[in-house]
Amino acid sequence: MIDALIVAALLAMMAAIAVAIVRQRNLFGVIVLFGAYSFIMATTLAALDAPDVAMTEAAVGAGISTVLMLGALHLVKTMEAKPAEGAIGPLVVVILVGVLVAYGTLGLPSFSDPQSPIHRHVAPRYLEEGLKETGVPNIVTAVLASYRGYDTLGETTVVFTAGIGVIALLRRRRRQEPGK
Amino acid sequence: MNTAGHFAYFGAIFLMMAGLYIVIARNNLVKKLVGLGMFQTSVYILYIAPGKLVGATSPIIAEGVTLYSNPLPHVLILTAIVVGVATLALGLALVVRIREAYGTIEEDELLEADAEVERKQAE
Amino acid sequence: MNDIVLRVVGKLLIPFAVLFALYVQFHGDFGPGGGFQAGVIVAAAVVFYALIYGLAEARRVVPDRVVEAMVALGVLLYAGVGVAGIVLGGNYLDYFVLHANPVEGQHRGIFWVEAGVAITVSGVMLKIFYLFAGRGRDEPPVP
Repeated sequence: MIDALIVAALLAMMAAIAVAIVRQRNLFGVIVLFGAYSFIMATTLAALDAPDVAMTEAAVGAGISTVLMLGALHLVKTMEAKPAEGAIGPLVVVILVGVLVAYGTLGLPSFSDPQSPIHRHVAPRYLEEGLKETGVPNIVTAVLASYRGYDTLGETTVVFTAGIGVIALLRRRRRQEPGK
Repeated sequence: MNTAGHFAYFGAIFLMMAGLYIVIARNNLVKKLVGLGMFQTSVYILYIAPGKLVGATSPIIAEGVTLYSNPLPHVLILTAIVVGVATLALGLALVVRIREAYGTIEEDELLEADAEVERKQAE
Repeated sequence: MNDIVLRVVGKLLIPFAVLFALYVQFHGDFGPGGGFQAGVIVAAAVVFYALIYGLAEARRVVPDRVVEAMVALGVLLYAGVGVAGIVLGGNYLDYFVLHANPVEGQHRGIFWVEAGVAITVSGVMLKIFYLFAGRGRDEPPVP
């Protein structure tokens, strides 16, 4: 019960920050609010028994993301977004999509339901056999690096591709000699 | 139907819709990227909330613990977080180049500039 | 930057940040952690150094060539572990063939794989920061 209350309170804080980000026009404020949002997201993930994910979200979301966005903000030299005209179309679309998706999630398991299918299929096998087969007590690392190692290879390749994509976009070329 | 147990999903959907609203209703490219980031992070809650069991602990095998939370969503979301920051970095690099080429990062001004160029080419 | 508080605190904290990153990397088997977290923490420590002492100083300590090599080296290491699995008689990315005792082979495979992930992630994050931070200045074009 107390777990559900903690998660609900953190989600309410994130919702308040989300509304503030929607309405904020100063880009520096938007980026700082996004950093705070990432921190509260990391706390929520820790409250949901996911310390690996919380550590990654805190380091990546509140650390590297914020630095990269501030660096880009300095390069675009814009501090304020233009005031948005009050069109009603996007709001209607968003509310409609939200209601449809919320109706769709009624089929998902309730908070903390041990009988739901995700706890009865492959996960118990990983939790029971993981330590014996891989010798690694952290089951998340065992699944990430051993049982689902291909996915992690794909993800490392995605990070590599993003790196060389940014290098290709932002690298300065050597100035051509005049006359060549 | 017990909808009180779905509060985590409703919270995640509210954050998702806030991010979607920013992407489709705001013109500034940097703000759109922040909205996309909000959309992505709200999906993490949607994945990890069903794996949590009350009275369980994080999925690190320890002495004397019998109930563990589900480790599979954690693995998926670890990948998703890193892919998210890769997307953000590429998006920001594109915004920087757009600013250098067009002089603005507001979407309506960019569309106007492109329409200008096409009109001039048609003449 | 001439602020004495930042310089002193930076010199005290950055070594501990790098040490913590190594701890997270190698104890990812026994507690929360692993390659991604360690890579990002190392990148954050060097970014912190660059913010305090200037980008040129940071480029002197961790040169561009080294960072670009790290970006590619991690993926090569990961794929290399897979090829080692083939060479030693199993399928691609089989860890149990890497040692006579299959559980020990799993340990080895996971160790090198996580090392490869950490190297690539830290290299990419740092290179992206160098590119963003170095673009706004009027410096001679670097290859």
